[in-house]
Amino acid sequence: MSLPDALPQAKSRWLFALLPLALFAVLVAIFGGAVFSGRDPAAIPSVMIDRPAPDFTLPALLDDKPGLARTDLGGGKPVIVNFFASWCAPCREEHSTWTGFAASDSVPIYGIAYKDKPDDAKRFLGELGDPYQRIAQDVAGRTAIDFGVYGVPETYLIDGTGRIRYRYAGPVTPDVLQQEILPRLKALQQTR
Amino acid sequence: MMRRFAVVMLLAAMLRALPAYAVTPNEMLADPVLEARARVISQELRCLVCQNETIDDSNADLAHDLRVLVRERLKAGDTDAQVIQYLRARYGDYVLLKPPIEPATWILWYGPAAVLLIAGTALVLFRRRGPLPAPVPLNDAERLRLNALLDEDAS
Repeated sequence: MSLPDALPQAKSRWLFALLPLALFAVLVAIFGGAVFSGRDPAAIPSVMIDRPAPDFTLPALLDDKPGLARTDLGGGKPVIVNFFASWCAPCREEHSTWTGFAASDSVPIYGIAYKDKPDDAKRFLGELGDPYQRIAQDVAGRTAIDFGVYGVPETYLIDGTGRIRYRYAGPVTPDVLQQEILPRLKALQQTR
Repeated sequence: MMRRFAVVMLLAAMLRALPAYAVTPNEMLADPVLEARARVISQELRCLVCQNETIDDSNADLAHDLRVLVRERLKAGDTDAQVIQYLRARYGDYVLLKPPIEPATWILWYGPAAVLLIAGTALVLFRRRGPLPAPVPLNDAERLRLNALLDEDAS
């Protein structure tokens, strides 16, 4: 190879050598963005959003409080449906949020005891308080599957027409209530 | 001889070892044809609690419920596709271990092939740039010198 021929190539070779570095930087940006976005990769988005709540009829847990059926949803006003279980630790964690909410807000909370022994569920409510206006028991967990529940606790916002408008999987802390639940409830109350 | 045979048999038995399914006998259907279909369907369904396992492999409570549900749907006369659609309607594409091919997943399905194609094309283009010149044969003077050097070495 003659020398004058090699000289003009030198610059493009340099750029070529930088190409892997540039690609690496792009990958770092993509993966770094995913890691630091704060998105929980284990969270599964619900496909039930904006769809009518599934059909179900569940028996009451308590003697003095009614159970829950599809016909109880969509009576013109939004409601909260909360799947809980006495055997689930995060449910204990979130329960005080609901007792506090029930004391201060008029939106009804309907509870569904998911795969729980009735006696255990009753003891749970006796210990921690009962924020629910209706409490049903889903012993087989089949209604939960129809809702797309993949773990307890899960909380659904149902609008006045009986459509599922929002789902929160995991314990509803006071922060979650303030930032995620209350603004959506307000919006649902205004547009119905 | 007997010992070697025994070792071979033992190794063969190990090869036959089946994967440990979480399916319990009381979940299984009496009809072997339906049960076989349930197994095939279950292999495609993700356990939503432990996301890298099929519902067949998982001991999670929800996986058990879904296995029972799959068998119930089959007994009710659903086709395999209808069973899968039933779960997709509730849990979305997340319930499928193999994501469907659609515009949103094109990059997932075709990305690796595209990268290979681009890299391959680049490689071909890069190598084509100027073939190596044919080697120039030695002239007489050079050949004489080379022979002299080789002779010197040999002596």
